[in-house]
Amino acid sequence: MAAVSGLVRRPLEQVSGLLRRRFHRTAPAALQVTVREAINQGMDEELERDEKVFLLGEEVAQYDGAYKVSRGLWKKYGDKRIIDTPISEMGFAGIAVGAAMAGLRPICEFMTFNFSMQAIDQVINSAAKTYYMSGGLQPVPIVFRGPNGASAGVAAQHSQCFAAWYGHCPGLKVVSPWNSEDAKGLIKSAIRDNNPVVVLENELMYGVPFEFSSEAQSKDFLVPIGKAKIERQGTHITVVSHSRPVGHCLEAATVLSKEGIECEVINMRTIRPMDIETIEASVVKTNHLVTVEGGWPQFGVGAEICARIMEGPAFNFLDAPAVRVTGADVPMPYAKILEDNSVPQVKDIIFAIKKTLNI
Amino acid sequence: MKKMLAAAVSRVLGGGAQKPASRVLVASCNYSNDATFEIKKCDLHRLEEGPPVTAVLTREDGLQYYRMMQTVRRMELKADQLYKQKFIRGFCHLCDGQEACYVGLKAGANPSDHAITAYRAHGLCYAYGLSVQSILAELTGRRGGCAKGKGGSMHMYGRNFYGGNGIVGAQGQIFEAYNMAALWKLPCIFICENNRYGMGTAIERASASTDYYKRVNFIPGLRVDGMDVLCVREATKFAADYCRSGKGPIVMELQTYRYHGHSMSDPGISYRTREEIQNIRSKSDPIMLLKDKMLNNKLSSIEELKEIDVGVRKEIDDAAQFATTDPEPPLEELGHHVYNNNLPFEVRGTNQWIKFKSIS
Repeated sequence: MAAVSGLVRRPLEQVSGLLRRRFHRTAPAALQVTVREAINQGMDEELERDEKVFLLGEEVAQYDGAYKVSRGLWKKYGDKRIIDTPISEMGFAGIAVGAAMAGLRPICEFMTFNFSMQAIDQVINSAAKTYYMSGGLQPVPIVFRGPNGASAGVAAQHSQCFAAWYGHCPGLKVVSPWNSEDAKGLIKSAIRDNNPVVVLENELMYGVPFEFSSEAQSKDFLVPIGKAKIERQGTHITVVSHSRPVGHCLEAATVLSKEGIECEVINMRTIRPMDIETIEASVVKTNHLVTVEGGWPQFGVGAEICARIMEGPAFNFLDAPAVRVTGADVPMPYAKILEDNSVPQVKDIIFAIKKTLNI
Repeated sequence: MKKMLAAAVSRVLGGGAQKPASRVLVASCNYSNDATFEIKKCDLHRLEEGPPVTAVLTREDGLQYYRMMQTVRRMELKADQLYKQKFIRGFCHLCDGQEACYVGLKAGANPSDHAITAYRAHGLCYAYGLSVQSILAELTGRRGGCAKGKGGSMHMYGRNFYGGNGIVGAQGQIFEAYNMAALWKLPCIFICENNRYGMGTAIERASASTDYYKRVNFIPGLRVDGMDVLCVREATKFAADYCRSGKGPIVMELQTYRYHGHSMSDPGISYRTREEIQNIRSKSDPIMLLKDKMLNNKLSSIEELKEIDVGVRKEIDDAAQFATTDPEPPLEELGHHVYNNNLPFEVRGTNQWIKFKSIS
């Protein structure tokens, strides 16, 4: 009896399988998803998958998010999973860390990472160090996310990049997505990670659409933390960056390609733990290195990359000193002409590449 | 009266009296010098008595308050316009609706009193002596701005005025400040501009108690009608006297309202109704309330106030003209003012070959 029913059932499965495959082949034109939608999707999927996951922060629920990143989530999941907090970063970050210690999986949103300075003791002393201090007893599975770095005209107190500050601390993982796939895959990995993860988003990237591959559309699409991605292959020089400047590097590479210079552009994706191996392998191939970041130069991400290159095998393959392109070493000025000259532009990247190549 | 007659005589003798002046002059003989008003009693916390329930408004003061509030109102509306025209970038938090708070505060305090505030700062900047021109030029990021174009909306400073701050750490830090101020009896007035919302969240959803003037067990407090400039003035005088007498800090909660959303990126109607906003405008607008007081008590006339309006409009338009035509700060000054009282040094730009001179 079982054998007969099996025979009957299988053809149907095979037919539906064929139908499914047909749909894939005649898939619609490539799906365009903005970074904002990608983060929203990633959080939505993780909230659905695990009821211990919840989001808290200022304006995340009824306002749909200050930058609309959490749009629709409160309507779908309600007060218990999407929580509006008072304007008290130290307070609600502490509450989130406590919740994580007790077994929940909070996503703590800082409206911008500038405001995380109000709560930085909770991020570092309560979240980052605890697993170590407890001798492996107390994990803190928390995600701190929000926009980081310069926006447009938001001046000194709202434009700081925290990649170097958070990347400095053992016990933390720090990721910095550039495009939509990065954003979705990294937020999902961050939420599933049992460690405190800082997700440095970028306000100017929220509205930028990118093509979403079919893998990225899956509910189990993850981008591994700690692995960089080579966005563009090249032979003459390695250009390493994270977040929005990755786009600028690709633009510079396009311009230089016309002059016969082929840049290999690496999107770090993760600040800590840094994937130095991918960078080293590339430098061994190209013999030249330029790092690009929005943050200040002193003790920055580029400085760390250069130091590690010196310490590793790639040093012997460098034909010229590595060069850093960074933000200017001043608090972010407001006036447009000053701001434009305080953040790395495509022309600055091109200039640095040519200087390194002695062109 | 004598003064006015003397002025009239000298003007006639001077010859060629300008039309507007003489018109005003003739009418001014019909004005009262001052009037006394009943003002709303303040709610008190840990105080036996509060500010007086009547206030005297002189004609001179009334005209000044009217002019100042109208200037703040028009300045903010001009900023709204300039923002939409993209002359102002980034964040812009407007305070129209809250004019009585700033003008009343200034009227009740001494010029030597120091002040600090958060990001909704333009009104207080003006009250503390920054010109409309320097404020608007700072908003448009020009060299004529009060911070030379380097600060923007949230970072304007003046004498005895410490800005303008973009980061607000609410509950915790203020309680630390309360504790130390009370412990050391510091002469500090803690002012809460309670405009019913913290960004897009109503206060009932963010505060376990919305009686902000009662929040501190050991610091006395006043709850003040922040839409009445006289109320704010009297409360400020009372609070300042309290502090100056060595009794320690005091809390002042000003009940007020902002017509605009939290900032220019917030339409301000997703968390409140248009009816609510319109209701406040028609019943409690601070400028309207002062105007009514003055007209009903013969402290001024519609014509006189209209002239002030015209004058204010011109001042704002001139300032906006300056703010949109003044050049941006020179690129060479990008590195200046990193340190104070320091030898000149060099600041790194976006790469190691770009350097800016940094002078204190």
